[in-house]
Amino acid sequence: MKPFDYVRPATVSDAVAAAAQSGAVYLAAGTNLLDLMKGGVSRPDRLVDVTHLDGLDGIERLADGSLRIGALVSNADLAHDADFARSYPAVAEALLSGASAQLRNAATVGGNLLQRTRCAYFYDTASRCNKREAGSGCDARGGENRTHAVLGWSDSCIATHPSDFCVPLVALDAIVEIEGRGGRREIALDELHRLPGDTPERESVLEPGDLIVAVRLPPAAREFAPHARYLKVRERTSYAFAVVSAAAALRIENGKIAEARLALGGVAAKPWRARAAEDVLKGVAPTADAFQEAAWRALTDAKPSGDNAFKIELARRIVVRALTLAAAGTPARLSALPASPFASTSGAIHA
Amino acid sequence: MNHSISLTVNGARRDFVLDDPRVTLLDLLRERLHLTGTKKGCDRGQCGACTILVDGKRINSCLALAISHDGADILTIEGVARGDQLHPVQAAFIAHDGFQCGFCTPGQVMSAIGMMREGQAGNDPERIRECMSGNLCRCGAYAGIVDAVLDAQGRMDESDQRRSA
Amino acid sequence: MPELNLTSAPAHLRHGSNIGQPLTRRDGVLKVTGQATYAADNHPPGMLFAVIAAASIAHGRVTSLDVAAAKRHPGVVDVMTPDHKPPLAIDPEIKTNPFVFRMEALQSSEVRYANQPIAVVIAETLEAATEGAALLAPRYEAQPPLIGLDAGESFVPPVVGVGNPTENHRGDVEAGLVSAETQIDATYETPPQYHNAMEPHAVVAHWDGDKLSVDMPTQGLKLSLARIAELFGIAHDKIHIRSPFLGGGFGSKGLMGGPPVLGIMAAKLVGRPVKLVLRREQMYGPVGHRAPTRQRLRIGADGEGRLTALDHHARTVSSTFDDFYEPAADASHTLYAAPAIRTSHDAVRVNTGTPLFMRAPGEATGSIALESAIDEIAWTCGIDPLAFRLKNYAEVEPITGKPFSSKALRACYDQGAARFGWAKRPLQPRQMRDDAGLLVGWGMGTATFPALMFQAEARAAIRRDGSGVMEIGAHDMGQGAWTALAQIAADAVGLDIGRVAFKAGTSDLPDAGIAGGSAHTATAGAAIHSAGAAVIAKLADLATNDERSPLFGAGNAGVIARDGRLIRRDDESRGESYAEILARAGVAEVEARGTGAPNPAAMEEYAMHAHGAVFAEVKVDPELSQVRVTRMVGAFAAGRIVNPRMVQSQLFGGMIWGLSFALHEEAVTDRRSGRIMNANLGEYHVPVNADVPPLDVITVEEHDPHVNALGIKGVGEIGITGSAGAVANAVWHATGVRVRKFPIRMEELLV
Repeated sequence: MKPFDYVRPATVSDAVAAAAQSGAVYLAAGTNLLDLMKGGVSRPDRLVDVTHLDGLDGIERLADGSLRIGALVSNADLAHDADFARSYPAVAEALLSGASAQLRNAATVGGNLLQRTRCAYFYDTASRCNKREAGSGCDARGGENRTHAVLGWSDSCIATHPSDFCVPLVALDAIVEIEGRGGRREIALDELHRLPGDTPERESVLEPGDLIVAVRLPPAAREFAPHARYLKVRERTSYAFAVVSAAAALRIENGKIAEARLALGGVAAKPWRARAAEDVLKGVAPTADAFQEAAWRALTDAKPSGDNAFKIELARRIVVRALTLAAAGTPARLSALPASPFASTSGAIHA
Repeated sequence: MNHSISLTVNGARRDFVLDDPRVTLLDLLRERLHLTGTKKGCDRGQCGACTILVDGKRINSCLALAISHDGADILTIEGVARGDQLHPVQAAFIAHDGFQCGFCTPGQVMSAIGMMREGQAGNDPERIRECMSGNLCRCGAYAGIVDAVLDAQGRMDESDQRRSA
Repeated sequence: MPELNLTSAPAHLRHGSNIGQPLTRRDGVLKVTGQATYAADNHPPGMLFAVIAAASIAHGRVTSLDVAAAKRHPGVVDVMTPDHKPPLAIDPEIKTNPFVFRMEALQSSEVRYANQPIAVVIAETLEAATEGAALLAPRYEAQPPLIGLDAGESFVPPVVGVGNPTENHRGDVEAGLVSAETQIDATYETPPQYHNAMEPHAVVAHWDGDKLSVDMPTQGLKLSLARIAELFGIAHDKIHIRSPFLGGGFGSKGLMGGPPVLGIMAAKLVGRPVKLVLRREQMYGPVGHRAPTRQRLRIGADGEGRLTALDHHARTVSSTFDDFYEPAADASHTLYAAPAIRTSHDAVRVNTGTPLFMRAPGEATGSIALESAIDEIAWTCGIDPLAFRLKNYAEVEPITGKPFSSKALRACYDQGAARFGWAKRPLQPRQMRDDAGLLVGWGMGTATFPALMFQAEARAAIRRDGSGVMEIGAHDMGQGAWTALAQIAADAVGLDIGRVAFKAGTSDLPDAGIAGGSAHTATAGAAIHSAGAAVIAKLADLATNDERSPLFGAGNAGVIARDGRLIRRDDESRGESYAEILARAGVAEVEARGTGAPNPAAMEEYAMHAHGAVFAEVKVDPELSQVRVTRMVGAFAAGRIVNPRMVQSQLFGGMIWGLSFALHEEAVTDRRSGRIMNANLGEYHVPVNADVPPLDVITVEEHDPHVNALGIKGVGEIGITGSAGAVANAVWHATGVRVRKFPIRMEELLV
């Protein structure tokens, strides 16, 4: 790990000033940053420790019915907040399906949004990677890439965004509050992450010094609570990143879908909102046929970036399943295995 | 640059001058305080052998900078037993053979204690398996670990009941 | 002197009854309180930290290292490179015996595999050493690496495994296949796997003049001692190795690899104690792994479902510079009664660290292919897989025709199947669902592992206070040597276990042989048993030849040792305590040595194997194809069970490794660079707690008078065999899709 200056600012504006200079990065829990620094992937000159800042660790209900989550709230504290889990069950389920209990205790809301890809070629500093080193090339193309992107990728980069949490958040129109050199601003989470294009090294729209201070869920996000699920396919039962995942949320009125929200994880460089699929579902009955149609629409633009064609079919299937589960209704209690296809494995076997 | 920090480690306040901000809590404990019960299995948050409690919560100490945890209250495996009297989780790990080589064990024990404090697992074996999945055991002692947690949870519930009765 | 046969009478007939008791681990308190000291927990005064810099190419040479940049980093003390290192007494490339690695100890700038050590940075702090290693920024002259099972010309190695013939045959396989009513011809692939013990390889080396003290996890104290002695040109008695606890070994700490040697060299270079611990990613290279295989099985059966021929060929790889060949096809020697069997191997050389024995080397790899193939032929014949196996039950070892020293496999099949409920299994696949709609499948596999014996020695003593001592340089890597061997020791000297000082884990104790081959308890146990019997015989001589003793005239074989007393066999009311015997004789202690070794005569006459039957249930999501094992039952017959609690744990562990083999483990090698892209525990998947279902182990009673004095067959590795195939077969039964490339990936099941 390269030596760095350690700065512990007293206020958010001090933090922004300290982090605006080149080579500076924010340190929150560090669960991703320290990993990257140990691997030599990230070699910052200055760490601006925001963990001691006041006022960033609250969960508050605003007058208009939105929920504001401070950027330093831990993943575990948020998921275990009873009111939060009741109001946004798919988000809680996604949080609890990510990483391990230890990591969820440490990792923060803001850090989760900004976690870096798990692409092995990004991590392997001997490989060429346009994201790590702009213009160097992409060794993931033509390499071991069965879990890489099938949507929104470019010849420059086929990496995926690994977050579970972001997937239902983006489906629910979450808003990110940012403090920067020009003061406070807010953007839709869907606009935070960039697709790679020719500049995969620019992963988000954040400018130097920008600090995520909160994530807000708008008032309408609560209305999906009765029909909201997150589902995640992975290669271990727990403690593994998604091969593909989906968040589905429905507002059902009089037997028809008044509004649908759908997002996919593990398929692109950002949490992938599937608006075309949502449109298909609006105003129709929640049937298997409608869900199949939505799944096809969600993956219309998908194409393999390597040995990963199976992910397109898998993504279609997980969309159908997530919508089916959401339509059936949010369960009263969270499964012992959050977001797992094996959520309810007990019971009799029928030959 | 030197940084002064203070930590409470297993109940005792410790003040240090940290000459290097790169030191993780894990390396501070092991290499500078010589509290070597906490193990380094991967150093990347992928195995759980370094699990400790910080302010009552289990975390991977390999991914925590010591300097950022100035003022924290830390519990390691060395601080769990009261003299010769083992914590119920420790005793249950022995009774249920919840380990073989023992290298992941301090992390498993700390994780189990942390999980009980979180109150998330209760006595559902499936939930315990899920909530203990951040602690790898290559020897494959998982069955004993789950049994040990169930047993310890039961004993602690009982003693809570006795206390409140 | 004793007319008693010291090696054939089971210990408990003469002595106590510690063997067979499910004692909890005697090192348990140390392990649950963090007080058990592993190598990297040591801190001799003045110690420095050493960190390896590893190659990022798989083939070529290092052309430059920025040593100056590393040395400029505050805290860096020195950088060890091929140009700046202490000399070794012999070339580390020389294979002085089959049990040494050709290793990299910075003897040249050549790079033969990715992650090969190319330099060592030594610093005052771990942080400085780590960054110093990064600052070396090596430059290379790279050459195209050899990668994969088709990397080049194949060749037939002279031997596979540890000295096994490359080819074996009995009967006419081609004729057997021609005569078959039903045939299968199937090819299976297994990936490279890495041991990934939780404890990274570590060494703390401390030179004091020409004396060397080493803390290092090893499965072979004397092998390591001999290797260090020859490499550094020092006498054995100048070296002291401590290895009281291994944080897992699984074979990877069996032979001394380059990294601990580099730590010892570094300590010599700087003249201070040095600690060198491998980073997790650095364990994917210089410390061994399980080589990949491609196995073709051709099996024929007659109209009744009886085998007519079994042909098992395995292709594997070794490194470009050393030889270890995964003996995968040998798995077909012992289980199924085909009148014609042929097994053969060939290999290619690739740019990899040298493969090594990894828990059930050959047996595990071969077992998953063989058990899958047996499942396939049974299905082709329309016969239940268990019925098929019973139809082809081997009454004698098929490849040799020798009788088995003991074989309770039929009881394993019966008891395992009954516990599992196998009788309700539909023959057709994809027939069962649970009430959540998940596909359910049941599969089985036969487990087997040879009952091996190596060489060991132990020293026993009885002290004047009546207590006992047992010394043996045995290794506890988690299997429970501190407990199981102490139980054997207590019986061997006729004392309660609390009255025996059991010493193990250091190189100054008698040689316990290698902790491998599932033979450590048997081998070290036999040495302990015989040392104990010998010291009791000496004590009995003192008593029975002494007129003042109530045992006078009983004859050595006429006394029994029990609870610290010798008593007459023909009159148990007459006896005296050890302390009384020694006090009267005016002797401070009596001591004796004993050995454990294979019995060539018995080996000539009998085939010796442990056996088992494993049954697995999996659930598979019918659309999403994620797989989960939900139930496993294993029934094993492995001779005498010394400690049922620890044996159960060992078998559980093996079964989990089998599950992992079928569904999880694979080192993914970049097809162009030869680097392993998942050299970490996040992406190299081993099962987590939630992957492991309720497990059920049955130990089937088995008495074997031939394997060794104690009748122990060993349980460390057998659990993987059978289990891997059982899980794979269950996946087929759930889905109807036969996947022949392991681990089974979800994309293969998307139908």
